[in-house]
Amino acid sequence: MAIAAEDVFYSYNAGTPAEHAALEGVSFSVERGERVSIVGHTGSGKSTLAQHLNLLLFPRSGSVSIDGVSSKPGSPDARELRRKVGLVFQYPETQFFAETARDEIRFAPSNWGMRGDDLDACVDEAADAAGIEPSLLDSNPFSMSGGQRRRVAIASVIAMKPDYLVLDEPTAGLDAAGVRGLERILSDIRARGLAVVQVTHDLESALAHSDRILVLERGRAVASGTPEEIAVFLADNPVQGLLMPPTARFAMGLRSRGIDVSVTSGVPELVSALEKAERPDE
Amino acid sequence: MKLSGGFSIGQFIPGESYIHSLDPRCKIIGAFILFAAPFIAKSPYDFIPIAFALAAITRLARIKLGTVLRSGRPVVFLVALTIVLNVFWTPGRELARLGPLSITEEGVTLAFCVGLRLYFLVMLAALLMMTTSPMAFAGGLESILSPLAALKFPVSEMAMMMTIALRFIPTFFEETDKILKAQISRGADFESGGIIKRARAFIPVLVPLFVLVFARAENLAIAMESRGYVPGVPRSRLNPLVWAARETTSILCVIVFIIFTVLWNRYAPELISLWLGLL
Ligand SMILES: Nc1ncnc2c1ncn2[C@@H]1O[C@H](COP(=O)(O)OP(=O)(O)OP(=O)(O)O)[C@@H](O)[C@H]1O
Ligand SMILES: [Mg+2]
Repeated sequence: MAIAAEDVFYSYNAGTPAEHAALEGVSFSVERGERVSIVGHTGSGKSTLAQHLNLLLFPRSGSVSIDGVSSKPGSPDARELRRKVGLVFQYPETQFFAETARDEIRFAPSNWGMRGDDLDACVDEAADAAGIEPSLLDSNPFSMSGGQRRRVAIASVIAMKPDYLVLDEPTAGLDAAGVRGLERILSDIRARGLAVVQVTHDLESALAHSDRILVLERGRAVASGTPEEIAVFLADNPVQGLLMPPTARFAMGLRSRGIDVSVTSGVPELVSALEKAERPDE
Repeated sequence: MKLSGGFSIGQFIPGESYIHSLDPRCKIIGAFILFAAPFIAKSPYDFIPIAFALAAITRLARIKLGTVLRSGRPVVFLVALTIVLNVFWTPGRELARLGPLSITEEGVTLAFCVGLRLYFLVMLAALLMMTTSPMAFAGGLESILSPLAALKFPVSEMAMMMTIALRFIPTFFEETDKILKAQISRGADFESGGIIKRARAFIPVLVPLFVLVFARAENLAIAMESRGYVPGVPRSRLNPLVWAARETTSILCVIVFIIFTVLWNRYAPELISLWLGLL
């Protein structure tokens, strides 16, 4: 059970003078329950790949399958497959149209025919998973704070009960507290059994929170692997626009001096590793 | 559901060709003079020089001929319709009969000419838009219309409105595309159901679009005001328009071409028939 993209090529405005190759032979897969990050510089094709996972775009060549089933442009089964993959766009709050958060969250499940008590239960569950207090459900999303709106947007997608959740730059425009809050929510959603795919150009967050990472550069997949492998790869092959977090650089430096630390360690682990190295007998 | 990219007659193709670098006023005036050529064409032969002129300009603009030919696509339906109407409804010497409908020689000629006329006009307009950036186009038009300001016509405000509108059309399509995609991925269905259901399905697209457009408009108004824009007050230009010798030369070429087509239209059909008759 997985989403699998194989050798995907995609161009915008194909056949016109403005043709632009956005993906050039990208392969990628997410298993159910996994947490994966797609990182890359601006314009590297992250959003384009995300939209392939949800069958909003179809590859010019190559294939995308969801749980082993693939689809064609305009085919009716695309809609059913699409339900399995929730996609949260960048700045999703710009898609709000309803007067209350509750109506906004209802939108997706009711599009798939859910009604009555089922629908209410579904809305409550999604709001809970996205960390929205029940008292907030009846207020107008346009009057909410940025972080609250982002949560409503996420709830409005997980309400359709997808197996996979793809988020395009979910932390864009949030302050530090908002980012931490969102990280907690994503871990929580993952704990509920959903696969979480996060598109980001924040390498630090990707290294800290993923099982696997895919690195895109100018429409090509240049690396894919565990955070450990990616950090080692990027230390040798810097990708323009991706900044290695200071802790990872520090950890790499310690390792080159024979001190065994994980590249994804935080400051406390680095400190204790250093202490241990200075007093090996204790 | 793909909106962006598929739209417009001749989107600007940045370039550095001779045509691209001409003063926009020259291109606008030249295009309008050239529009006369398809209108004065009375027989299919009359389109021969126009086709050559179009090919020459395309070459000078370093644009692919196919791109220009394809730019007529949006009006193909219209062209087909006028052809059909003219073929059947023009009285004259009958060539064939289809039940009550008769096809006449005059009808075929007229249909051919009307169809070609429309197609050539669109290609000319497309060439103008492909080689002139929206900003340059608005600036050129403002300058051409500036004498009207003496008659209290708000030329510069109109030009500013046009510039902004032109600037925002692509953004508008991009945003519509994004919102459509987002609602489709939340299961919105724009294709099934009756007319009412389908119209209702667009509410989740229209509301965010209006919110966005008003927010953008407000931001733009504030940004313009904070940078000292006052409607009607004369402004200097970043790239002053320059009308030099080559602009004059280009316009003269266009005028000579029109005179040539007038003569061609008068004498060429007879000469060609004569020549064809000799073969
Ligand atoms: N609708 C579109 N039409 C034409 N070109 C597009 C369109 N969307 C994206 N592109 C181009 O395709 C390339 C990849 O875009 P994409 O949005 O996938 O990048 P990204 O990695 O998500 O970038 P960012 O970090 O800026 O969001 C870019 O060069 C972009 O300019
Ligand atoms: Mg993006």
